[in-house]
Amino acid sequence: MKKDIILAGVGGQGILTIATIIGTAAVEEGLNLKQAEVHGMSQRGGDVQSHLRLSDQPIFSDLVPEGKCDVILSIEPMESLRYLPYLAKDGILITNSTPFINITNYPEAEMLEKMLANVKNHIVINADEIAKGIGSARAMNIVMLGAAVKHLGLPMENFENAVKTVFGRKGEAVVESNIKALHAGRENAENNAK
Amino acid sequence: MKKLLLLGDEALAQGAIDAGMSGVFAYPGTPSTEITEYIQVNEDAIKRDIHRTWASNEKTAVEAAVGMSYAGKRTMCCMKHVGLNVAADAFMNSAFVGANGGNLIAVADDPSMHSSQNEQDSRFYAKFAMIPCLEPSSQQEAYDMAFYGLDYSERVKLPIMVRLTTRLSHSRAGVIRKEMLAENEIKLPEDPDQFMLLPSYSRAKYKKLIKLQDELIKTSEESPFNSYEAGEDKSLGIIACGLAYNYVKEVFDGGKSPYPILKICQYPLPKNMIHKIMNECDRILVVEEGQPIVEEMLKGYMPNDKIRGRLDGSFSRDGEINPNKVMAALGMANTTGEAIPENVVGRPPALCVGCPHIDSFNVLNDVLEEHGKGHVFSDIGCYTLGYLPPYNAIDTVLDMGASITMAKGAADAGLFPAVAVIGDGTFGHSGLTGLADCIYDETNVVVVILDNATTGMTGGQNYCIEGRLEDICIGLGVEKEHIRVVTPLKKNHEENVKVFREEFDYEGVSVIIPRRECIQTLAQKHRTAKVTK
Repeated sequence: MKKDIILAGVGGQGILTIATIIGTAAVEEGLNLKQAEVHGMSQRGGDVQSHLRLSDQPIFSDLVPEGKCDVILSIEPMESLRYLPYLAKDGILITNSTPFINITNYPEAEMLEKMLANVKNHIVINADEIAKGIGSARAMNIVMLGAAVKHLGLPMENFENAVKTVFGRKGEAVVESNIKALHAGRENAENNAK
Repeated sequence: MKKLLLLGDEALAQGAIDAGMSGVFAYPGTPSTEITEYIQVNEDAIKRDIHRTWASNEKTAVEAAVGMSYAGKRTMCCMKHVGLNVAADAFMNSAFVGANGGNLIAVADDPSMHSSQNEQDSRFYAKFAMIPCLEPSSQQEAYDMAFYGLDYSERVKLPIMVRLTTRLSHSRAGVIRKEMLAENEIKLPEDPDQFMLLPSYSRAKYKKLIKLQDELIKTSEESPFNSYEAGEDKSLGIIACGLAYNYVKEVFDGGKSPYPILKICQYPLPKNMIHKIMNECDRILVVEEGQPIVEEMLKGYMPNDKIRGRLDGSFSRDGEINPNKVMAALGMANTTGEAIPENVVGRPPALCVGCPHIDSFNVLNDVLEEHGKGHVFSDIGCYTLGYLPPYNAIDTVLDMGASITMAKGAADAGLFPAVAVIGDGTFGHSGLTGLADCIYDETNVVVVILDNATTGMTGGQNYCIEGRLEDICIGLGVEKEHIRVVTPLKKNHEENVKVFREEFDYEGVSVIIPRRECIQTLAQKHRTAKVTK
């Protein structure tokens, strides 16, 4: 088993939380893991990414080589496209459709849609809307994680356990709403793929 | 023991704690900050009450670590690459006095300048000071090197550098812990002259250090971190240093290289191992993160086609190495996927919405309108982003503390107005002496100390002179009535413009302190308060 994942978004959107949850889920499965994060200057409203590598074999590089990424999982649509050079030919791009616009030259919605449609394998869902729909707007990042579960090669149960571990400190209600978000994301992605 | 998922920084920190370190001394700087932050909240560190508060700057940190080593206890100091420039005096001389208790000097380099003002390779410093340097290729090695390094430091009686780079510092992987060692007892150096650098003593110490070099090379030959991996195809040999070793292994299926690989994670270079690969192979590819220090040493000055690396264009001369760069250098097919669509635009870092610096820059811009551009000397911190649109509020950045002294030099040249914009944390790091220069010369400068009550850019650390800015300025000799504290808020704009104007008009040293807490640390406090309720 080997999964090379790139997590993408804008500083503050919660990609490191996703990384921690996938990491915890992978460790439960006894897999090796390397996860490169971005700290420092780029966090201030800039683009952020994390390379996450899972394998039952030893992992050498902390970075995913270009053209070898199995899954791009992005919380922001334009950011998902920034990592296309990394995506393998049969890899999949999974992204939130809600843009985060903090720059003046952000591409037009139509153009963005067209660019995403051009990617061979893609799932685009509106995670912000789905999260609001289940009454926990802040769990938008976990909705996106849910959308990717099928492509991460780990059982759903592991992700549920990981959510409990990671959010446990914040109380039962937070755990509940995040597990709900995880399922909502998965269901939406499945419907989207149909 | 259970595997911990740790950043490279954290692995080194955990290793130092487990190896019986009694104190860490550091100033925050990306990508080194997480080493100390990890120790600050680690249960064992708290239980043992390991020294773990921030130092004023990297120089004071290194000096304090040398003091702890003098007392016989194990210690570590941590900084980013440019921090070692600040600490260079203490660092160079620490090689002369050596170590009593083990002393690790951890320096995190930032190739590709993800969050730094320059790219420089700290291995040069280790070579310059003639001390050993450890360069981990994995999180586990970072952990193990803390044990090895502290022990080695005590055996060879020298401080040991641990050189990290951004990707390892900020990448997480499983680490297996060892049994925790007890701390050293206080024990003064056996030789009472050891920490005395009067010239006559220094001469003897320098000779001793030079003589020690052969032993250091021999230890590198036997190091568990240096290894020679045989390969069938001798047309090429690969020398892979530190993290670059992983990128080399990555490009071969299952990590099996057809070419011999010499993995170097401990310096000085293991001479015999280098000779072996040089003699065995027709060509040598040197893969190293940072500047081509090993390549240059092997290549020498005369024409030499055998050695490939950054100098002959096999790799770019600057920037980080990655697996694709290694593939290209080895002539392997490019695996790169689709290009980034051209409508995907850059998203540069920006000041946070609600950041107090924004209000300060708006005031400064208004006041400077009548004087034109080119008057604002700034510094290292979040506010450096004030150079970018829409603010375009500052004109220069050099190094920590240079805002005040550059403004002074420009004022001495006759430039008016000369304005320094520096953060409270950076002022504490190395602004005080510059301000003292201004007082001494009665220079006509306006020093704006942006006080957000934290070291913001590195994630909100405490700093040594917190809450004492006015007292310190008065102590340095700034006139009380020309220390002006304002609250940078939109509603105070006109009032603040007036204060700035008044101080621009004053011929002498003025200090203006726009004071409002960083919105990030403020939000953090609210979150913590919520959880503890």
